[in-house]
Amino acid sequence: MEAAMGLMRRMPPKHVETALSALLSLMPDHSSDLLSQVDQPLQVLCDVDCGKEFILCEYNRDADSYRSPWSNKYHPPLEDGPYPLPELRKLEIEANEVFAIYRDQYYEGGISSVYMWEDENEGFVSCFLIKKDGSKSGQGRRGYLQEGAWDAIHVIEVAPEEEGVAHYCLTSTVMLSLTTNNELSGTFNLSGSIRRQMNMDLSVADGHLCNMGKMIEEMEGKLRNSLDQVYFGKTKEMVCTLRPPSELLQMKLPDS
Amino acid sequence: MYNSRQRMAEDDETQEPELSDKQKKEIAKWFLLNSPAGEIQYVAKDIRSVLNDDNVYNAAASEAFPLYNKSHLMCLKMPGKSEDVLVTSFGEIDENEYLDPRTAQVVTVDHVKQVCTDVRPASDEELPSPYIEDYRCALDAEIMKYVNEAYPKGICSVCCVRGKDVEEPGPDFELVVVISAARHSPQNFCNGSWRSVWNIEFKDEVQIVDVRGIVQVGAHYFEEGNVQLDAKHECKDSMLFQSPDDSAISLTNIIRHHETEYLAALQASYSNLPDTTFKDLRRKLPVTRTLFPWHNTLQFSLTRDIAKELGIGK
Repeated sequence: MEAAMGLMRRMPPKHVETALSALLSLMPDHSSDLLSQVDQPLQVLCDVDCGKEFILCEYNRDADSYRSPWSNKYHPPLEDGPYPLPELRKLEIEANEVFAIYRDQYYEGGISSVYMWEDENEGFVSCFLIKKDGSKSGQGRRGYLQEGAWDAIHVIEVAPEEEGVAHYCLTSTVMLSLTTNNELSGTFNLSGSIRRQMNMDLSVADGHLCNMGKMIEEMEGKLRNSLDQVYFGKTKEMVCTLRPPSELLQMKLPDS
Repeated sequence: MYNSRQRMAEDDETQEPELSDKQKKEIAKWFLLNSPAGEIQYVAKDIRSVLNDDNVYNAAASEAFPLYNKSHLMCLKMPGKSEDVLVTSFGEIDENEYLDPRTAQVVTVDHVKQVCTDVRPASDEELPSPYIEDYRCALDAEIMKYVNEAYPKGICSVCCVRGKDVEEPGPDFELVVVISAARHSPQNFCNGSWRSVWNIEFKDEVQIVDVRGIVQVGAHYFEEGNVQLDAKHECKDSMLFQSPDDSAISLTNIIRHHETEYLAALQASYSNLPDTTFKDLRRKLPVTRTLFPWHNTLQFSLTRDIAKELGIGK
C-alpha cells in the first residue's frame, strides 16, 4: 500500500483517475483502502425529481446507488438504503442551502452537496463537497482557462458536545487543474492535489453549521493561498533555476 | 477517516477476472512512462513492489526505460572521460548505442540502470561527411556558448538526422539541436526539467533554412501534496541559407530569442495566476470583500430568497 501511495504522489495529477483504476486492477484485495485514501475528481448525477445536480462520493453511496441531498432519495432507487435521522436531515437540508450560497459567492457557479450521518460515537460526520468547472466552455467567467477544474472535499467529524463545546476535526482535500493555451506561451498546465487537517473546539452557541462553515472557509482560503504561493511558486522557482531570466544573466557577463 | 467499508465489502462478491501478464506489463509501463523528470527509479521501485512479479516488471522496464530516457533527453557521464553524452532518438545507432557527435564517440547504455557501460570511437559510416560536419560543428560551438550562458546546468548536442552523407551543396539536410537541463532535489521534494528540441532543415534548392522548435518544461513539487507543471510551446522561424559559421550564429540567435521570449511568457502566466486565472476557479474573497456571514441567519433567509429569485443554486 505504501508503494501504491508513493505512485499516486508522483503520477501527474491530471491522470489520477487512470492511475487509481490501474492500481485497483493490480491490487484488487486493497480496493477499499485505495478508494478511501486516494481522492479522485468528483462525479455528478442529476436528481430527476428536483432537476438539480448532486455530487457523488463514498459518503452518500450504498451499493451502486447514491442519495440526493435535495430529494433524499437514492438514484437508482434502493429498497432499504441508510438515511440520516430526521433531526440530522433537517441540519443537512439547511447546510445544503447555505453552502450553495457560500459556493456561489466564492465560485460564481459550480455544484455543491452536503451529506451528514450519525457515527458510532453519538456524534455525527458531515461531508461538504464542491465541484467547479472553470474552463471558458464551462463556468469560467473571465474566459482565461481552456481547462479548469476545482474539486473540494471537506469531511468534518463532530464529537458530541460537553459543557456547550463540541470538538470538530476537519480533513480537507482540494484537487485542481488549470490549463491556459495561447500563441505566446503555448500550453501551460498546473495541476495538483493537497490535503490538510484542522482541529477545533468551539462553543455550540452559534450552531454546528456556523462553526463548520467558518472552518471550511478558513481552510479553503489557506489551501488556495498555499497552492498559489507555495506549490505553484515552487514550480515557478524551479523553472527559473533551470533557465534564469535574462536580467539575472546580464549580471553575470562582466565576469567573462 | 469515516468510510463505508462495510458496504464495500459486500460488493466483493463479483470479483474482477485476474489480469493477464501482458495487461499487467502494460500498466507497469504506463506508470514508468508517466514518471516526472528524475523520478523513474522511485516509480520503478514502487511499481515493482505493487506488481510482486519480477518477470512482468522486468519486461515492462526493458520496454519503458529506453522510451523514457530518450524522451527525457537523458544525460549520462561517458565512462573514463569528463564529457557528458545525451541519449536521444536523434543520436541513436541502435537501442543500446548512442552517438555523441561532438567527441565522435559511441556509448553503450544500460537503459534500466541509466548508466553508460562502454564507449568506443565512432566509425566513419556513423559520422557525417566533412561538408555536413562543418555545419554541425560550427552550430554546436555557438549553441554551447549560448547554453553555458543561459543555463546553469544545461547540456546540449547537435546531430544530423537527415542527409549526413551529403558531400557538397545540392541536396537538403537536417540538423537537430537538443538542449536538456534538469534539476533533481528529491530531498526538497522538488524536481524539474527543461527540454528544447530544434529541428533545422537546410533547403538548398530554395536557399532557405526552416527552424521548428518544441520546448517542454516540467516541474514537480510533492511535499505533503502533489503539484505538477506541464508546459509546452512550439514555434517556427526561418532564415537564408548561409555559410556554416554565419548559419551557426544566426541560428543560435533565433533559438536564443525564442527561448527567452518563452521564458518571459511562462513568468507572465505565473504572475497572472493569483488574481486572474485562478479566479476563474475560486475567488480569494466574495465580491463583498468580506468573509461569508455564517452567523447571520437573517442574512441567510434574505440571501436565500434572493438566491431563489435569481435562480442560483440550480
